[in-house]
Amino acid sequence: MLIRQDAFLRQDGRKGIRNIMVVAYLVECGHHVAREIAWRFREEEVHLIGFSGCYPNAYAYRMMKTLCTHPNVGGALFVSLGCESFDRKNLVKEVLESGRPAEVLVIQQEGGTKKTIALGVEKVKAMRALADQCPRAPMHSHELVVGTVCGGSDATSGIAANPGIGYAFDLLVADGAACIFEETGELIGCEQVMAARAATPELAKILRESVDKAAHYYGVMGHGSFAPGNAEGGLTTIEEKSLGAYAKSGTGPIHGCLKPADVPPTGGLYLLDVVPDGEVRFGFPNINDTVEIGELIACGSHVILFASGRGSVVGSAISPVIKVTGNPETYARMTDDMDVNAGRILEGTATLPEIGREIRDLTVAVAAGKQSKSEELLHQEFEMVYKSFEPLGPGCLPVVHQVGLPIMPAAGR
Amino acid sequence: MDTAACDPRLLKLHPGDNILIAARTLPAGETLVVGGAEVFLKEPLPLGFKVAARAIARGEKIIKYTMPVGSATCDIGAGQVVHLHNMKSDYIPTWTREQGSGHDH
Repeated sequence: MLIRQDAFLRQDGRKGIRNIMVVAYLVECGHHVAREIAWRFREEEVHLIGFSGCYPNAYAYRMMKTLCTHPNVGGALFVSLGCESFDRKNLVKEVLESGRPAEVLVIQQEGGTKKTIALGVEKVKAMRALADQCPRAPMHSHELVVGTVCGGSDATSGIAANPGIGYAFDLLVADGAACIFEETGELIGCEQVMAARAATPELAKILRESVDKAAHYYGVMGHGSFAPGNAEGGLTTIEEKSLGAYAKSGTGPIHGCLKPADVPPTGGLYLLDVVPDGEVRFGFPNINDTVEIGELIACGSHVILFASGRGSVVGSAISPVIKVTGNPETYARMTDDMDVNAGRILEGTATLPEIGREIRDLTVAVAAGKQSKSEELLHQEFEMVYKSFEPLGPGCLPVVHQVGLPIMPAAGR
Repeated sequence: MDTAACDPRLLKLHPGDNILIAARTLPAGETLVVGGAEVFLKEPLPLGFKVAARAIARGEKIIKYTMPVGSATCDIGAGQVVHLHNMKSDYIPTWTREQGSGHDH
């Protein structure tokens, strides 16, 4: 299915639905300067991202590189204080090699705050002019990657919003898109039913192990992925929340298991394993929804479908977020923030297939250029934390010709 | 959806479930009809909250949409609200703001 004629064609063959310039700080000490630069262009598709840590971390480097070479990104300006560990030289080199403008400003070398901000503003203007020259090409549904997350869940999430997104996922996968669901810590209790949907026995084992890892990790931390607001919304246990979260995955076979910054090689349905590998360190696997959204985007997601019962307001840098609430009371209270009222299922004024098709149609419309509500409101949240992952093992990814057309025709993985 | 002998304002997500879901917020003072029994609501029952579809014994699994979502920590009568006070996770204890520690006693 054709989504649009004028997608942004990147050198690796992937296509973007936006042409965002990112300004990225490489340590918290560069945050203010980077924010001052990006703020001047906040209504002109210039988004602020960054990593606050000073210590080196392979995950953070890979995330940053993958985000700055995301198909929705047209160029990157990095802001370094000068003494932090981030390998800024290689980062600029790798982004330049992807065919995008990229530069780094080192605050200590440029002469401090004022001079770096002034220079940064000029750099963004020059890079924007270069990014605007990106060639355009038709984009089809088999080139689309869609991620889903839930936040501020209540008892309606699992009854209306999440099944609605699951229905949309089934439709999108049938059209050749790659769809990614995540947060293994919110699949605790669903591991057996989920594993039964795996495309291969090897993958079934990997899916079960990923949830076992999450249960262990959260067990050591002493808390599940469960906030007091979930209980106030009628959910009692992590497995009850999981049951709802799991419904976002739809009903089709699961084709693969990704880790953050792995791009799905073909269309199909993927689980994103967001819980770090190895011993428990660096604290909670995901400290908030924004960290999860950043990881889904690093996996190439062009659009994020966000289910919320209580009513989250967040959007994201780089990729638009579409918000779906299953709670009609939340929709009435927060209409300015919510794109889809799946609560109509509970009120009996819409059926699940109708809501599912509405979510699919809106996903395609946003991919074609329509702004989501959080995008209009200039929500551009971003956060990245310390993590560590082993590379994907054998059996995690589908064999390309078995599922569909490749997402990255020119480059592969 | 099995609604026989049940209050139409309560949803049974699957015939095998032992809980019902409030399809909308029900105000205090209302009376629920569950399995032929009448239960008076002393407090409002918010949208999405669970009530027992039948008597549930202590230790029995709470079944929602065919899946166990925890266990009863005491005997629960038909029509009683099912939440933190009478069920628990079989995986990770649920934490609430008031507690400062796990719900598991």
